[in-house]
Amino acid sequence: MDIRKVKKLIELLEESGIAEIEIHEGEESVRISRDGSNPAPQTMISVPSVDSSSSVQTQLSNTESSSDDYSDEGEVVTAPMVGIFYTSPAPDQPPFVSKGQNIKTGDVLCIIEAMKIMNQIEADVDGKLVRILVENGDPVEYGQPLFVIDPS
Amino acid sequence: MLKKIVIANRGEIALRILRACKELGIKTVATYSVADREQKHVYLADESVCIGPSTSAESYLNIPAVISAAEVTDAVGIHPGYGFLSENADFAERVEQSGFTFIGPKAETIRMMGDKVSAIRAMKKVGIPCVPGSDGPLGENPKKLMKTAKEIGYPVIIKAAGGGGGRGMRVVRSEAALLKSISLTRAEASSAFGNDVVYMEKFLEHPRHIEIQILADEHRNVIYLAERDCSMQRRHQKVIEEAPAPGLTEKTRKKIGELCVKACKSISYRGAGTFEFLYENEEFYFIEMNTRVQVEHPVTEMITGVDIVSEQLKIASGEPLRYKQADIKVTGHAIECRINAEDPETFLPSPGTILHYHPPGGFGIRVDTHVYQGYKVPPYYDSMIGKLIVHGETREHALSRLSMALSEIVIDGIKTNIPLHQNLVQDTAFAAGGTDIHYLENKLGIK
Repeated sequence: MDIRKVKKLIELLEESGIAEIEIHEGEESVRISRDGSNPAPQTMISVPSVDSSSSVQTQLSNTESSSDDYSDEGEVVTAPMVGIFYTSPAPDQPPFVSKGQNIKTGDVLCIIEAMKIMNQIEADVDGKLVRILVENGDPVEYGQPLFVIDPS
Repeated sequence: MLKKIVIANRGEIALRILRACKELGIKTVATYSVADREQKHVYLADESVCIGPSTSAESYLNIPAVISAAEVTDAVGIHPGYGFLSENADFAERVEQSGFTFIGPKAETIRMMGDKVSAIRAMKKVGIPCVPGSDGPLGENPKKLMKTAKEIGYPVIIKAAGGGGGRGMRVVRSEAALLKSISLTRAEASSAFGNDVVYMEKFLEHPRHIEIQILADEHRNVIYLAERDCSMQRRHQKVIEEAPAPGLTEKTRKKIGELCVKACKSISYRGAGTFEFLYENEEFYFIEMNTRVQVEHPVTEMITGVDIVSEQLKIASGEPLRYKQADIKVTGHAIECRINAEDPETFLPSPGTILHYHPPGGFGIRVDTHVYQGYKVPPYYDSMIGKLIVHGETREHALSRLSMALSEIVIDGIKTNIPLHQNLVQDTAFAAGGTDIHYLENKLGIK
């Protein structure tokens, strides 16, 4: 891929209102797109794979996906206090909730024990429980994500 | 030695405690609010626990959150630092009831010294000189109140029993203003401290603030670590502190020091503590006792060589004091400037991001601070962001080192009171030493 061609494409994109442009040339291709939050166009150049039977396009993602951010999966329930997280009312009893369960506002999700007091933590949204992020007996801190409830 | 402790505080003192723990091999748990995630000591601690949202009430003053943090981390002790819960007797009690070591005195000692009226009574009993006063709470009878004031002699000051640290006080210069001042102070005390008990003392016109540092272990050993002069104050907040007090003789130091030791023994004091006095015409007048480590402890450390926070940890671990009184010598002179994130003229707080930070250094220069370049000073807490401490062979030497250090230090991006300190180090009266507690406010044209 001729670097002058790539430069020209970038200029084209900057001058025009085009958001994205992709050009294939034989086994090579280039895709240039304008990221909404970033005024500079980003260039993704793919190279042909060693196996010539198919050209593999590798794309570099420019968004950092934090493994800790579940907010796109639903409402994140966070710990309102420091303590020990328990999934069930007592060691020999079944857990309050399980993954996939439908949750209503006010349902008890778990217990956080602090200073020998068992505090019941309730859901403040309706939805489906899609994630349980901590394990029985884990210490939790204020603000720590515990559950993800998908309200949709 | 305690194996692991919770540092129940923030800012520079939390870092100070962390450093002392590391030296002694004590594992550290930093407890912090949401706003304080990026504090230096949180990054350096072995473990850290977020205990609540940004406001002090929901985090650093949240007793269940702090104790719960000790539980979940299997800590064995809690160091409360200064301010926040450090002089909260209920907190000390609940910590001990929950099975942890409270690094400080017993709850009942804190309770007694926290009530200014009972503290004065206890001190008088053991011969500590006190300010002439009402010797107890003021009643309601106007005739009696006027008689008390007349006996003490105007001007008098009305103080809240539940106050302290400069809060809840009012000066009365004439009988005409007395009754109104008393009811005003009562009302303010009731709303600020939940306790409307007030007492009266003689108001001293030109006193200096001189305090005595003590250390007491659990084996009845008590020593005093000389004195500090904290007269440079604005609105009862200390701005500059120094040790030893200019002009105080060894003889006087010994006399008041031994009295404080005697008082500690009589109340079975444990830990670090400070007796605060007003000093006028070569007489000491007890005002209050602080049952915790103080902000200005470094100046005492510099002149005596004793690490006060380290000693607190050792005392709490049950060890006997390794110093005898004869071991304590005063060497040279130390001065501390409190660096605040505030406008140097209006004193309005100035939170924000520190864009440039260059600490001073060199022989005899010590900087106790948690800030670093890029650190965001949050708006929720006290404006003090650090302390610049100098030590010299003499007071003049300390002053010249201070001047040098103040010319070098850079804290940019926020406003600080460094220009005020630069001004004060050039002040002729301050350079001469022995200025009283009203000096700074008079100089600044306040009052």
